[in-house]
Amino acid sequence: MPAISREEVAHLARLARLAVTDEELGVFAGQLDVILGAVARVGEVAADDIPPTSHVVPVTNVLRPDEPRPSLDRDAVLACAPAAEDGRFRVPRILDEEA
Amino acid sequence: MTTTLPPFDDVVARFEPVIGLETHVELGTRTKMFCGCMTDFGSEPNTQICPVCLGLPGSLPVANKAAIEATIRIGLALNCSIASWCRFARKNYFYPDMPKDYQISQYDEPLCFEGYLDITSEGQSYRIGIERVHLEEDTGKTLHVGGATGRIHGATHSLVDYNRAGIPLVEIVTKPVPGIGAKAPEVAKAYVTELRNLVRGLGVSDVRMEQGSLRCDVNTALNLPGADWGTRTETKNVNSLRSVERAVRSEMIRQASVLDGGGRIVQETRHFHEDTGVTTSGRSKEEATDYRYFPEPDLVPLAPDASWVEELRATLPETPSVRRGRLQEAWGVSDHDMDSIANAGAVELIVATIEAGASSEAARKWWLGELARRANETGTELDALPITPAQVAAVAALVDAGRVNDKLARQVLEGVLAGEGDPEAVVVSRGLEVVSDTGALGAAVDEAIAANPDVAQKIREGKVAAAGALVGAVMKTTRGQADAKVVRDLILERLS
Repeated sequence: MPAISREEVAHLARLARLAVTDEELGVFAGQLDVILGAVARVGEVAADDIPPTSHVVPVTNVLRPDEPRPSLDRDAVLACAPAAEDGRFRVPRILDEEA
Repeated sequence: MTTTLPPFDDVVARFEPVIGLETHVELGTRTKMFCGCMTDFGSEPNTQICPVCLGLPGSLPVANKAAIEATIRIGLALNCSIASWCRFARKNYFYPDMPKDYQISQYDEPLCFEGYLDITSEGQSYRIGIERVHLEEDTGKTLHVGGATGRIHGATHSLVDYNRAGIPLVEIVTKPVPGIGAKAPEVAKAYVTELRNLVRGLGVSDVRMEQGSLRCDVNTALNLPGADWGTRTETKNVNSLRSVERAVRSEMIRQASVLDGGGRIVQETRHFHEDTGVTTSGRSKEEATDYRYFPEPDLVPLAPDASWVEELRATLPETPSVRRGRLQEAWGVSDHDMDSIANAGAVELIVATIEAGASSEAARKWWLGELARRANETGTELDALPITPAQVAAVAALVDAGRVNDKLARQVLEGVLAGEGDPEAVVVSRGLEVVSDTGALGAAVDEAIAANPDVAQKIREGKVAAAGALVGAVMKTTRGQADAKVVRDLILERLS
């Protein structure tokens, strides 16, 4: 039983806005299955008294004071964008969702 | 649509609502949540952006201490527990309002949790459970071009301003509120009003719905008495306190109509339309797993220790309900009147007007009378009217000094609201001052006596009360600008 199905790969591809062919679904499902299998082995050694690690350094509360710092120059930023209009980033029309 | 909607009374006679509210408060910090960009409202588009809030490669976020403290203070004011350790989470989605293609939020480890807010509505008290208070970053603003009136449908492209992207945003989520029946719309509004007052009292946000610094999503579900809770819908785009009430009411009616027709309620996002007062279907709600939340690797955990939390607790002001009790006593008003004042969102406006020199009677009279009427007419909140407490106090001072009467004062208020300047300037430009000069009024008085010989005769015979009719006639010819007392004295003097 593989850890990830073709349908799940297709779903993830859709969420990531990736165009994946039917043939590729099988390839990626196989590759991801190997990766997930490797990760699952970590679960076999992890005991209940070892909490999952999200951060490798034991540091908390790294905060900065609420003090302004200079922003970037707008023209310079917009020049890097594929398209701009009226001081704003221009993006293709957005389908199927209403913000 | 040909379906006739059932009346609200009929809906609540047959169904029981369960509501829940998710409120977003944009914090008033000087800088953004994870970078030092300024947060000034109304700045030129894309002038408050940097590599961090644009998500440029190699940039790293660092949390704003003032935003963390503000969130903990909101949590404490809402009687919440504060997490001793929690993390930010990355919420992945593709939408151009976030340049990073994810939003830094909190998921299963909110900073504050398990609290409550006590509110009153129409003389009745309710305790609204608070599920969680968490901190996230706001998104940019998207402008849809080419379609009708900025709507997404038919748009050819969109323009994005990232000034707002990354501004600290606090999300406050209630527990489901069942058992309030027909009161659901009013309770929802009273909750948001009270929450707004509380947050404003903390001084952490200006909480202005019309500017988007307070935003509200309303969850609504209906069930038959005794049955399990129904499927809920989430109504967005609720942009005023009045709309909170209207949105709950209209969504309850819509759901009843669907259920009556044998349909079932779909879990979805719906959009409230201010103009029509109805909701329309938006996208179906994505499953939380579709956001692929995971602990934000670029930020270290937060671990507020007890002494920091207690330091913050010591900074909390008196709660709005305690404050109201104190003010009610000082002003000498009834429970019912105080309730109306609170529900009109007028408490702090009246306080500020009194501080600016008005009597409490005058402050209450103008805010709850003429100004409430104006706000109602234009469908805005009192505090959104373009008039300040100091200006209202100035109008009250004009009345006290006898320079304008109540009728003229209303015209002064009208002038201020129309942007004609301060009350003094409006009095001058509109020529509204009361005329008390006996010379100027004498002619009008003589005219009134000549035009009403019967009345004049009665007064000569000692029926002093009849003078009112002549005063009225003079007021009419002077368009309400005569000093009524001076006019009366002149009449009696001439007819004695």
